[in-house]
Amino acid sequence: MGFLDIDNTTKSYGAVEVLHKVDISVEEGEFLVLVGPSGCGKSTLLNMIAGLEEISSGEIRIKDAVMNGVHPSKRNIAMVFQSYALYPNMTVGQNITFGLEMHNVPKPDRDKAMKDVANLLQIEPLLDRKPGALSGGQRQRVAMGRALVRNPDVFLFDEPLSNLDAKLRVDMRTEIKKLHQKLGTTIVYVTHDQIEAMTLSTRIAVMFGGYVQQLGTPQEIYDTPANIFVATFMGSPAMNVVPAKVVVENGRPMAHVALHDGTIASLPFSQDNLAAWDGKDIMLGIRPETITDEDASDRKSKNIAPMMNRIVVTEPAGSDTFVTMTLGGRDVIARMRSDANVRAGEDFQFAVNMEKAVAFDPETENRIAP
Amino acid sequence: MSIASQDTAIRTGRVMRTMIYLVLLLFALFYMLPLYVMLVNSVKPLDEITGGGMMNLPQAFTFEPWVKAWSSAQIGVEPTGLSPYFWNSIKMVVPAVAISTVLGALNGYVLTKWRFKYDTIVFGLILFACFIPFQIVLIPMAKMLGLMGLAGTTSGLVLVHVVYGIGFTTLYFRNYYAVFPTELIRAAQIDGAGFFRIFWRILLPSSGPIAVVSIIWQFTNIWNDFLFGASFAGADSQPMTVALNNLVQASHGVKEYNVHFAGAILAALPTLLVYIVAGRYFVRGLMAGSVKG
Repeated sequence: MGFLDIDNTTKSYGAVEVLHKVDISVEEGEFLVLVGPSGCGKSTLLNMIAGLEEISSGEIRIKDAVMNGVHPSKRNIAMVFQSYALYPNMTVGQNITFGLEMHNVPKPDRDKAMKDVANLLQIEPLLDRKPGALSGGQRQRVAMGRALVRNPDVFLFDEPLSNLDAKLRVDMRTEIKKLHQKLGTTIVYVTHDQIEAMTLSTRIAVMFGGYVQQLGTPQEIYDTPANIFVATFMGSPAMNVVPAKVVVENGRPMAHVALHDGTIASLPFSQDNLAAWDGKDIMLGIRPETITDEDASDRKSKNIAPMMNRIVVTEPAGSDTFVTMTLGGRDVIARMRSDANVRAGEDFQFAVNMEKAVAFDPETENRIAP
Repeated sequence: MSIASQDTAIRTGRVMRTMIYLVLLLFALFYMLPLYVMLVNSVKPLDEITGGGMMNLPQAFTFEPWVKAWSSAQIGVEPTGLSPYFWNSIKMVVPAVAISTVLGALNGYVLTKWRFKYDTIVFGLILFACFIPFQIVLIPMAKMLGLMGLAGTTSGLVLVHVVYGIGFTTLYFRNYYAVFPTELIRAAQIDGAGFFRIFWRILLPSSGPIAVVSIIWQFTNIWNDFLFGASFAGADSQPMTVALNNLVQASHGVKEYNVHFAGAILAALPTLLVYIVAGRYFVRGLMAGSVKG
């Protein structure tokens, strides 16, 4: 039994099931991020936890109490909305204390709680202003204040940063993480931004098409994605997934991949279980940062494979240089250090860290190794 | 090159603009003509009008027709002037406008934020009320009022106008609330506010512009209504419009046109006032629903 249990929960609209048997158990103090492209059901799931949408089947429990059919205000949750949903006709102070007022908390207690939260979020000077007179970042803080003041069991965040500009988003991201570390609260956070998911979470549920594709720590999700969808959705630039063939040479499974001119590069796998796939086609997943020049390759890796290939495009991005090449008939991106000596149109000796390579079944798209 | 063409654009712009303003001015004058006739004739002695000087400015300026229309003109059988009927109208209009606006707001709230199965059909049926001609409901309404014991009373008139107005007020508020962010309602739900608390504390305070639209619309319609007033009012609940008709249509004595003009202006004053006071909110409110995304 976790702190928040989502137990075989489904959601249907009429005959259409939009969320299929979601099963997640969240421990107290965990930061769970639901991430996925729009329409994957992540917001629906959050709204079901909040009680804003009905549960079609299954159970949601908070602290072992079944929440099906319980009114949102009685679940002891707080929610931060994408649009912040601040009441436009009330001041910041009234916005923060509205929930307490509705729960018949006496005024002196309300004021004290408001002061504490305002102090924590450093919004004391704003308390008498209307939301319309606040900047995006300030509104964001007030929305968090309104959630914090209730001292809820579970915080729900619905894409809270997506209305902010890029720089502010990074700042607020850090701030949310700080807040989580300081208060140790249980958070369920919905986003479509995989970087937010990676940076904030203690665990991630990657969702697509109404299914939880994979549930795990950020590191698990990143290093051992359950399938091609998760592999390409998480990480920026996305993981390169190219068709390859497994060939066992001297008892060792190798990936045969076509280079730009049709010649075959032979990259040795670190995983022996791929020997069973001898002669079969697979999809080979290689993260951009595991394709480098030889000098920058991971010294701890026991399996760096050299690969001579032609550079198609180079994109210097300051800290890194992204190099595009053709591999297995597809564009593949390598993330090189910025001072790597690369020029478009030239052949270059790459070093591929095959310890980090992932193999997928081309039929089911599920991971077969590691 | 672009600068040169801009130059000519400004020049033709000036000529065109002068033309446009001239035409507009002409139209405005033409449109104001009836008001002019009413105003100047209401402050003339009767013989100046009967002498054929309708368009002339008054030679002997007098407020007497106004005073007479308000307090001593013969309405029906009593020489009471229009004043008691003015108050009848107020007693009818204020509650009718208030009730129909609040009910319209509630309907709009339910139809957008507490959606239920077939709610669009319900809304369609309510909308239907906007398209039913007055005449059709007269006889059934008379029957209903009789059954409820409200025939010939101000309360009966209020009821009729509320029922007839709900279609329009619901339409206004529904469209306004349709673009009102639903997240705010959800936030309030999580905060623990119930159905009516959300309505009073969150929704209504943000409904200023559309409330003004609804109030102006209902006020003008109900104030200017003649048919319901003539059909359902008793002798002591007749509204201003009916009284004005009785004043003007009186078949005995001399036709006092100056008094009639003054009476007509008196009858039109409240709606005029409402427009002047709240007119700019009216346009703003009408636009609000359509522009906000």
